[in-house]
Amino acid sequence: MKIAIQQRILSANDAVAAENRQRLDSAGVLAVNVMASPGAGKTSLILATVGRLPAGLRPAVIEGDLASRIDADRVAAHGIPVTQINTGGGCHLDAPMVRAALEQLPVPDIDILFIENVGNLVCPAEFDLGDHLAVVVASVPEGHDKPYKYPGMFARADAVIVNKADVLSVFEFDVAYFEQGVRLVNRAAPVFVLSCRTGEGMAAWLDWLLAQRDVAQSAEPPVLIGGRGADASHSTG
Amino acid sequence: MHELPITENILSIALEAARGAGAGRIVAINLVIGDLSSIVDDSVQFYFDLLSQGTPAEGATLRFQREPAHATCNECGHRFEVTPPLVPVCPACGGMRLEVSGGHGFAVESIEVDDEDRDPATNIERQ
Repeated sequence: MKIAIQQRILSANDAVAAENRQRLDSAGVLAVNVMASPGAGKTSLILATVGRLPAGLRPAVIEGDLASRIDADRVAAHGIPVTQINTGGGCHLDAPMVRAALEQLPVPDIDILFIENVGNLVCPAEFDLGDHLAVVVASVPEGHDKPYKYPGMFARADAVIVNKADVLSVFEFDVAYFEQGVRLVNRAAPVFVLSCRTGEGMAAWLDWLLAQRDVAQSAEPPVLIGGRGADASHSTG
Repeated sequence: MHELPITENILSIALEAARGAGAGRIVAINLVIGDLSSIVDDSVQFYFDLLSQGTPAEGATLRFQREPAHATCNECGHRFEVTPPLVPVCPACGGMRLEVSGGHGFAVESIEVDDEDRDPATNIERQ
């Protein structure tokens, strides 16, 4: 006898991801899932971005790593609230790990949360964390063929970054060919060519990121101040 | 590398569905996996054989139905199946404006359960 199921394999993870997203939404937090291969510059991008946020915007970081605290210590050294998830060799973060990490952070005091995934262009693509934006970081020394080889990862990106632009002249990295590979699987994601080291190209990425925050905020249900436009089901207390 | 947690999920979805239907042994699990999803079939089967021991799914066959990804050429309209690594050029017209769709399937489609008293695979009467 055949029993039809039609259920996503990761539906249990997806359910927790939806809870995480709801929790972040209600606290007004924009969560950014930063994915890349090891060494592409995930931590560098987070630090370079946080360092350029407008005053008053409060960042926090969840650091995913196989075992070490190296990246978390780097972030903490900048005075940024950070919590570490060690996956114990696991190759990706999942939504329950992020749920546990959120318990360690002052969520109501965060405006923008960066979640640094485990360095890997394969596995993290399958696991929704409850984030709002998936940002994939590639870097010049890795070569321009990454979107062709890891289409699953680039397909789900909301933005793609090419880091280490300061060494473009040394490597045979064809930006147009790279971008064409992204376009094969992803019509919409902007591609930002930048260098976290020199800061070139960072402004365009920051502008885009902050604009997403505005988009997310305007998508929120109306905040009830003085009851104008109030939905009867909402409390004005 | 992420086949272990994926296999755990497949097993739990299958066991829950069988329980819900009041079924006994699970003899097969049908999966739909997109060609852009990086899943190694043999590895999932390997973990499955370990994880399912002592459960009603022990000995079940995993059937992987691959869901292909297709590229469509925006210049000549040619549509063809692709697998990674993707190519940026249309084989029909040499055009460079391709768009890839599909291939992201990642689901348990159905299970097949044995509602006979005897296990047809081994012909051993179950307790």
